[in-house]
Amino acid sequence: MLALIRRYWTIIRRPSVHWSLGFLTVGGFIGGIVFWGAFNTAMEFTNTESFCTGCHEMHDNPYADLKNTIHYTNRSGVRAMCSDCHVPHEWTVKMARKMQASKEVWGKVFGTVDTPEKFEAKRLELARHEWARFKANDSLECRNCHNYDYMDFTRQSVRAQNMHSTYLASKEKTCIDCHKGIAHKLPYIPPGQAPTDTPGQIVPKDDAKAQATSVSSGVN
Amino acid sequence: MRLRPIIPLVALFASLAWGAPEQALVDPMRGRVAIPDETKPPLLRNAVNDDARRPRNYEWQPPIIPHRVDGYQIDQNFNKCLDCHARGKTEFSQAIPVSATHYIDRSGTVLDHVSTRRYFCMQCHVPQEPVQPLVGNSFRNAGALNVDAQPTPRAPAK
Repeated sequence: MLALIRRYWTIIRRPSVHWSLGFLTVGGFIGGIVFWGAFNTAMEFTNTESFCTGCHEMHDNPYADLKNTIHYTNRSGVRAMCSDCHVPHEWTVKMARKMQASKEVWGKVFGTVDTPEKFEAKRLELARHEWARFKANDSLECRNCHNYDYMDFTRQSVRAQNMHSTYLASKEKTCIDCHKGIAHKLPYIPPGQAPTDTPGQIVPKDDAKAQATSVSSGVN
Repeated sequence: MRLRPIIPLVALFASLAWGAPEQALVDPMRGRVAIPDETKPPLLRNAVNDDARRPRNYEWQPPIIPHRVDGYQIDQNFNKCLDCHARGKTEFSQAIPVSATHYIDRSGTVLDHVSTRRYFCMQCHVPQEPVQPLVGNSFRNAGALNVDAQPTPRAPAK
């Protein structure tokens, strides 16, 4: 093994016999440009909506959700696509996210969410990953478009003004704390299992079961 | 020969009978547009969004929603209204809490969550659009009628 490494090391260190220095320099330079261009083009291609929704898992579940929301259709026609919210825009973090996405390839190959039922079963887990990511980076992907500094409070409803001028201004909360489920349908969140600060919702699943735990009051 | 004089008369009655129901059928929603023709629908407006509480029009009227509710998710997984209006959330959200009656199921048991029969908020509570009613309405609630019934102080004679 060590001999093999040593052999390749000597090959790499040995000066070229057949190629001129000029060819190697210019060729390396051009090759580098071609490689970098191809790399970034491929990277951009994986950021397009047609790539994301190319598989039926994404097309029929999260993309179908998005179509009913204001981030898909609105009066001015400005819209967000998958990568606007789910891929960081900055290069280094973007690369890190792209490497993480190899797990999604694994999921695709093994059909982790290839039916609507499987997707629904996974929805809470997937949502919690995204909530945690947004909470950790202070809703960076929201803020790529929605900048607090340029919010005109006079054009907001009183309710929104109050919330933004207190909780958001004091950085006590970040976008995702309140604006969950704006681009996709929310899953059932069992109480106490919601991320960050929201306690989750008690949705009446089965009143008969709930009665057993609640106090009977004899109203009637 | 003898029938000829009544033909115009029959025609007149027939045209009246034909024309009469058309006059009676003026639908304010459609306007004066013939049934087979397409109407020009009025423009959509923005719903009331000023958060000002409106008085009830009559006793036991479910209070109306003074804000926009576009795209609110209310299904078996999540209820967006309760995200602010649930009794546990109102301290943070400063919203009007859901009435305690909504936590009682039909057998009178008090639950720790909104009862299924009260779960779909917008079956009773509705957002408002700033539009004029298509049909006039002279409804007045009992309170207003009581005020009318009171003897009004007479204006001092000049």
